[in-house]
Parts: sequence; C-alpha cells; structure tokens
Amino acid sequence: MSRFDVVRTGESAPPGSPATQKGVPHRGGEANPSAKALQDKFGSAVKRIEVIWGETVVYVHPPLVHDVIRWLHDDQSQRYDFLSDVTAVEYRDAEVPIEVVWHLRSLPFRRFLRVKAQLPKGQPLEITSVYDIYRSADWLERECYDMFGIRFNGHPDLRRILMWEQYKEGFPLRKDFPLRGRFSRSEQLRQALAQNPEARYSMEELNIADAFADLPQDMRDRLSKGERTGE
Amino acid sequence: MAKRTVEVELSTTGLDAQGRPQRVPILTDDGGGGLALQAPPGIEPDLEGEHMLINIGPQHPATHGVLRLVLELDGETVVRCIPHIGYLHCGFEKIGEYRQYNQIICWTDREDYLNSIGNNVAFALGAERLFGIEITERCKVLRVIASELSRIMSHLVWLGTFCIDIGAFTPFLWAFQRREEIYRLLEKWVGARLTTSATRVGGMAADIPNGWMDGLRQFIRTFPHTLDEIDRVLTRNAIWVGRTIGLGVMTPEEAVNWGLSGPMLRASGVDYDVRKDFPYLDYETYDFEVPVGTNGDVYDRYLVRFEELRQSVRILQQAADRLPDGPVNIDDPRIILPPKSKATSEMESMIHHFKVVMEGPRPPIGESYFAVESPKGEKGYYMVSDGTAKPVRWRIRPPSFVNLAAIPKMVEGHLLSDVIAINASIDIVMGEIDR
Repeated sequence: MSRFDVVRTGESAPPGSPATQKGVPHRGGEANPSAKALQDKFGSAVKRIEVIWGETVVYVHPPLVHDVIRWLHDDQSQRYDFLSDVTAVEYRDAEVPIEVVWHLRSLPFRRFLRVKAQLPKGQPLEITSVYDIYRSADWLERECYDMFGIRFNGHPDLRRILMWEQYKEGFPLRKDFPLRGRFSRSEQLRQALAQNPEARYSMEELNIADAFADLPQDMRDRLSKGERTGE
Repeated sequence: MAKRTVEVELSTTGLDAQGRPQRVPILTDDGGGGLALQAPPGIEPDLEGEHMLINIGPQHPATHGVLRLVLELDGETVVRCIPHIGYLHCGFEKIGEYRQYNQIICWTDREDYLNSIGNNVAFALGAERLFGIEITERCKVLRVIASELSRIMSHLVWLGTFCIDIGAFTPFLWAFQRREEIYRLLEKWVGARLTTSATRVGGMAADIPNGWMDGLRQFIRTFPHTLDEIDRVLTRNAIWVGRTIGLGVMTPEEAVNWGLSGPMLRASGVDYDVRKDFPYLDYETYDFEVPVGTNGDVYDRYLVRFEELRQSVRILQQAADRLPDGPVNIDDPRIILPPKSKATSEMESMIHHFKVVMEGPRPPIGESYFAVESPKGEKGYYMVSDGTAKPVRWRIRPPSFVNLAAIPKMVEGHLLSDVIAINASIDIVMGEIDR
C-alpha cells in the first residue's frame, strides 16, 4: 500500500504517458517544437538546429545565449524550468571551437533541449552566466570554469571547485593538458607539503568571527604581505 | 502548532522546596521550532555572543565521505555555510577520454560506489544510444533487475547511515544485513560485490547463473518484513520525528530552480522521475508509483525514500515474473565478444575477438545525453564521439553534486546538530561529487 498519491507536475502535461524510445535514427527525425519556436523568435541568432539520436541541438550565437535561455525559461509555451547540466566540449581537432553545452528540461511539457554555443579558439573563453535564471548553474558553472577555464560573466562566485584555489597547472579537461598533469609527482608532493595550515581557509572565511586575529603572529604577517590562501 | 512544556534540570544554584536542584520549564513545539527558555531569577539571560567559525570534515564520520563544511555560528545557529569539495577528485572524465567505451564501464563503478551496477546500466544505455544499438528483451529485464537491486542497496546504506547520524543504531544493522544479501546475489551473478562492471555495450558481462532467480525471489519475499520492522521503529518515533521534521525545507519552486532531482525533488512535491517522464528500459510497462512528499523537509525525504524501497520491490517482482528466455547480448560481432570456445577454435571469431579487444567498437560521429533515475536523482551520461573508439568527451551529470549545492540554503538558520541530519538527508556520495 502506498502512502502517497502520484501527482504530475504542471497542469498542462501532455495526455498519455511517454514511452521508451525505440529505433532512434542517427540523424533526422522529429525535432523538439521549441527549436522551431526559437528560430521564429530569435531569427539568425539560432545558427543551426540538428537532431542527433533523437535529441534536438540548438546552436546559438554566444552573446545571445542568456536571452535565449531566459526566454525558454520564462515563456509560458516553453517553461524550461529545470537545468540539468552545464558543461563544455573540446574536440581533438584544434581548429574546432570549444562548445559550451546546456541541457535543459521542461518538466511540465516533458521536453529535453540541448543548447550549444561555440567559442572560437584564440579568443578569451567567455560566456554569460545563467545563474540569475537557474540557481543550479552555481556549481555547474564553477566546475566548467574549473575544468575548461571558461569564464561565466555574471556568476557571483566563480572560484575553482574541484581543484583547490591555488592549483597552478591549468585546466584539466582541456585537450592540451596531459593526462598525468603538468607537474611531476615530486613537484606536486612538494607543493602539497609546503602548504601552510591557514591556507585551508580562504580570506573570506578567515574574516568570520575574528578567526584572523586568532592566528599566530607569523601567519598573520605572511597573510598581510599578500600570501594567497583558499582551498 | 501544539505547544508543550517539558521540565528539565539545569545546573542552577537554587534548590526547590524538596531540596532538589531547581527545575526549569522549557517550552517546545512539536514542529521542531525553537526553544524559548524561561530562565528563573538568578540565572543570567543569554548573552550577546560573538560569531564562531567551525570546521566540519573532511575527515568526519557524519559528512559521509570527504565533504568539508566551514560554518559560521551564532551560538548554535548556523549563519553561513561554505562547503568545500574536491578531496576525492580523480579526473574520471579526463581518463574516460583515453579509454574505449567498454573500458569506461569499470570507471562508472567507482564514481557512485553505492550504486555501481546501476551506473553500469546507465553508461551502457548511453553508449548504446551513441552506437544505435537495440538491446535484447532479456537484457532489458536483467538491467531493470540490476537497477532496482542497486536502488535498494543505495537506499539501505542511506537509511542505515542516516539512522546512525541521528542516533539510532539498530536499523543500521537491519539495513546492512539485507544489503549483504543483495551483495551475495551480485557476487553470484557477476563475481564482484562492489565494483561490478556488469554491463557491456550491447549486453551484459554474464547471464544470471542457474538458480539465481530463486535467490532473488527469496529476497523479494522477505525484504518487505524488514521494511515493516524499520517502519515500525522509526516512522512514528517521537525522537525521530522531532529530529527530522521541519528541517532543511525546500519549496517546489526552489527545488526545481536549484536543480534538485530524485527523492530530494520529489520530497518537495514535484513529481519528476526519469523512469516516468523520460522512460528507458520499458519502465512505462511496469506498474509502480512515484512517492511524492508535501513539505520538502528531512522527514519527507525519509518517507519518500522509504516508499521507493517498497516500489522497487514491486518492480523487482514484476521483472522476475516476466524475464524472457533468449540471448542476453546482441548478435553483432563488431561490438560483442564471441564466446571463448569459438574464439579459440574459429579463425573468424578470433579476428573479431582481436579487433573488439584491441581496437574497440566504434560509434558513428554524434553525441547523446542519456539520463536515468539513479537512487540519488537524475544521473546523466553525456558522450561525444568523433568516430573513433574513444569518446571525445565523457561527462557525468552527478545528481549528488547538484543536490549538495543547495546545502548552504538548507542549513541556514538551523542548529549545528541539524546540519548533520540535513546533510544525511541529501544522500551524498563523495565519489560521485568529486569524480
């Protein structure tokens, strides 16, 4: 016996229950109707629409990504309220631009859309953050920055997240980053052992509740000379 | 909200008429609200205190791995919480770019290690979408069994450790006892308990051995008794309810906006289950219900996960009843290894064996994002292929990672001891968060 009733999200969910996709074609097939709506709304800002393995991919002009996602989120006929993932792809071919990928879901309409923006090589990797639309973008964008070095403008706290803040080797998921890391094992070990204990806390954290004043004199001296902390 | 008064002993200097230490009435409400201390005369009222910096973890048993929380406290109340992750970062996604698809399956065991066989299934499904493979009916049902067993295992670990965090020890033992039975079943099936690596692109590493279904049916028959026992001990327990109700509330809008998924999202009242909304493995043909909470607090998360355990048993029962005969692997020598006896006796099979092992199967150029409902939430594998045997990009969409991102919001304003309960209710696995 179930103690819970099953309710569906959204009052306008399509009738009938969805089924497992079968025989999905490699390319082509029915595109997500939101792609067409985007093309009507934004015109040439939507550069290309592809359907790969049943998933609709929309390539958007990078400066307009925020507007597009904002519209997808707010428009009552779209309602993409769930941001699954923010990530990036760098191809092995050095000429191909880096792609930033957003995976969006519309829970009321049970739609899935992939939005992509291509950032050419040789230019600063920058894109507008969608943090103000989806709070889930917070850590996802931080991870994307951490791994690829893509700056999300407008993110309030764009720090490294998986690597520590003093990590000096670069951005691990870039293709020019060697699998074993840039530094030798002995160098990595030396840096880890040379770290000061107060570096476990960022300066922001040390400002909480007089924690800075409680540090020993030599640590305070080093920090006031500009030594960087943060993990 | 009903108020009740509890008298407790405080270390006061005064004695009452009977010569016992003076008793002080404390007002509590059963909604988990604050305590209003009515201090007797002679005791100084609460002083204005300084804020305090407290560090929990990374090596702390209640953080479920190597999570580190830096807390700013006002007395016992959390003012700010700054989480630090990354202590277990191994670069799975980077390593995946240097491995063939079948080799990556071994890495999926190790990310969410409580749900290893479920990850294997999820990855194989994603890779099969990328290859354009339709798997056999028997394989589908076996994978459903694997996923649901893995959901039960993961939820049992969550239940046990959650109990320990809150201070109940017995349900932990009951839960781990039953989990051990599933581990024995898995050991009989694939030879490993934790790092199963049970799937292959296009099939499974092994079919179930003879008599295995009897063990599964035995488990299905007896497991609900354990659930009833734990239910009796916990669900209406005043201490349990008092420690969990009203904590870490997320409203439905917040939960969707923060990207929560799985039981965390459903406890807030949003009915989003990948198995229902974006089905895979023919989940739409199984008869099961999706439990949905109303308040989005720690207690509702407990109720939702608990009901999911029962629903998983229902799915297991149906899968066991419908398991068809037939081959497990697809019939494609470019993707599936030939039987060992043929590989050592037939020239053609040996060539196929060599090519599958040394070169690896090659998907066409393309990309796919395949999401499944893991015990923690929506787990997605995003793979991009450039036509070679190794993916250009292998991305894990980790549900725990996104769920944990909401912890600063959930713990704010609660007591330090509640941080542990809220953290336990998220059901995090650091292997998946840090990858």
